[in-house]
Amino acid sequence: MTAAGNEHGRRAREIALPSGAGSQATFGPWRPGSDFLTSLALLAPAAILFTVVIIIPILQSMWISLHDWDGLGEPRWVGLANYVELFGDPQFYVSLRNNLIWLAVFLLAPPLGLALAMLINQPLRWMGIAKSLFFVPLVLAPVTVGVVFTWFYDPAFGLLAPIARAFGTTAPAILSDPSLVTWGIVVAAIWPQTALCMILYLAGLTNVDEDLIGAGRIDGAHGFSLFRHVVLPQLRGATFIAFAVSVVGALRSFDLIAVMTQGGPFGSSSVLAYQMYEQSIFSYRLGYGAAIAVVLFLIVAVFIAWYLRRVLGEEARN
Amino acid sequence: MSYPAPIDPNAIWRRRLYGLGVAAVLLCWLLPLVAIMLTAIRANEDLMLGNYWGWPSSFDLVENYRAVFTGTPILRFLVNSFIITLPSVLFVLVLSTLAGFALSRYRFRGSTLILGLFIAGNFIPPQILMIPVRNLMTALGLYDTFWALIIFHTAFQTGFATMFMRAFIAQLPSELFEAARVDGATPLQMLSMIVTPLVRPALAALGVLTFTFVWNEYFWALILVQSDQVKPVTLGLATLKGQYITAWNLVSAATIFVALPPVLLFFLMQKHFVAGLTVGAVKG
Repeated sequence: MTAAGNEHGRRAREIALPSGAGSQATFGPWRPGSDFLTSLALLAPAAILFTVVIIIPILQSMWISLHDWDGLGEPRWVGLANYVELFGDPQFYVSLRNNLIWLAVFLLAPPLGLALAMLINQPLRWMGIAKSLFFVPLVLAPVTVGVVFTWFYDPAFGLLAPIARAFGTTAPAILSDPSLVTWGIVVAAIWPQTALCMILYLAGLTNVDEDLIGAGRIDGAHGFSLFRHVVLPQLRGATFIAFAVSVVGALRSFDLIAVMTQGGPFGSSSVLAYQMYEQSIFSYRLGYGAAIAVVLFLIVAVFIAWYLRRVLGEEARN
Repeated sequence: MSYPAPIDPNAIWRRRLYGLGVAAVLLCWLLPLVAIMLTAIRANEDLMLGNYWGWPSSFDLVENYRAVFTGTPILRFLVNSFIITLPSVLFVLVLSTLAGFALSRYRFRGSTLILGLFIAGNFIPPQILMIPVRNLMTALGLYDTFWALIIFHTAFQTGFATMFMRAFIAQLPSELFEAARVDGATPLQMLSMIVTPLVRPALAALGVLTFTFVWNEYFWALILVQSDQVKPVTLGLATLKGQYITAWNLVSAATIFVALPPVLLFFLMQKHFVAGLTVGAVKG
């Protein structure tokens, strides 16, 4: 399900969820014997790789977070000291606050995406090409988006400068102003995120039940009430995924910050993911970095639990 | 009747006006890209003088690209990206077809748990894996090699891909499998004779998506490789941006070059891309 993400790319991935046709399609409980062994053998390569590269490292990170370690010498057991230090670290709260800003702004991506989807869901000539062009930000690498917007914001050579001049003012140096920098980065990030949500809603719109819409119109629903009571409920699937990928995208934000500001100026645009990277790679504090990663992981885990409950519950009902 | 209601086909002026409106929105939507394309053809003097939208003082597209290609290893980075991405996509497709088949056709205790882990794996923040995976690759002697990235991407993408393939294979008509079973087919025969021919559309969708995800990936390149011989384009572009500082015409030219492969692939395979991305979005 990670579809989308780039951040979106990456992000793009959070998307697909299993739409299981479920149990009636399976053979029922397998019979002991060669079928069972075969299915194990089929599963083994993926499962082993996943265990070694994903699951075990999660546990190892938790273990490392209980140590003081520079990555070279012997790790020294410190118990929860890294966490105690983290909760007293002002930078932690700056990062956390920035993650919340990302989250709040990213929650705008689904409604914006829906608005765009409704705008272009018209059978006009050229609309096919227009749709493709609207998708483009989604396939750009986050690094590309970061470079484009860094230039866009550059107060001397960037595009914002002449635009501001046209309005009779000078462009603020967005990426070097601690109070603006996170907002500037999030605006860049929401561009591909909105494109992703738009694709999800376009797919949802092509699958709305036309009879229900027609019936709603006959019953006198129109304008906002038709949208609210007839259309929106049918877009539930798209809405669920759009919000899921947006929440995860906001919490995992890293690429744009690394490319645009490296967390600066003075850590003011850092988020938990970037603070973790910085502490581990530049300050050689792997135990402390691991503790930050664990905190971020636990925040995301709450969300994952909610998501799995819903997806697997649906699966079980089928 | 679809939603929103289609504009009356006979209201020609309304249709034209609507089309113009959409074009205006699209232009704003792509403004950063349009600007960067215009910048890529300019000489640096234009940028110094603030000439962004006016007629370029000279058309330097070729010169800009020559400067980028000769002054930086960007072509090498491009080749590296292919060397990393193509095998990753292949491995992901193979592993996820096998695992997806097993999970969709055989119910056993723990199969839901395995599926849940695969789904959850897509959502985790990569930083929780960073230190151990880097140590693992170093211990295997793979740090700063293509294999470090290929192995990691294969493992990470396989969770999402397995879920995807499992859902697709589960929707194949079960009569096919029952008939094959009655005829005494083994699971491997079912895999080669029923599953493989029927999952091609799913593999196409998954292939395009996985290519884009891996190609655009940045964080793991930053963590697992460092030399120019191995760096993918994303990492290369970030480095180059630091190098050129204010030569935005060159940075723009490089940016367009880096963005081309996924954009071209997207235009060639748009149907598959969208189909893959929107699995699950179409259910009410």
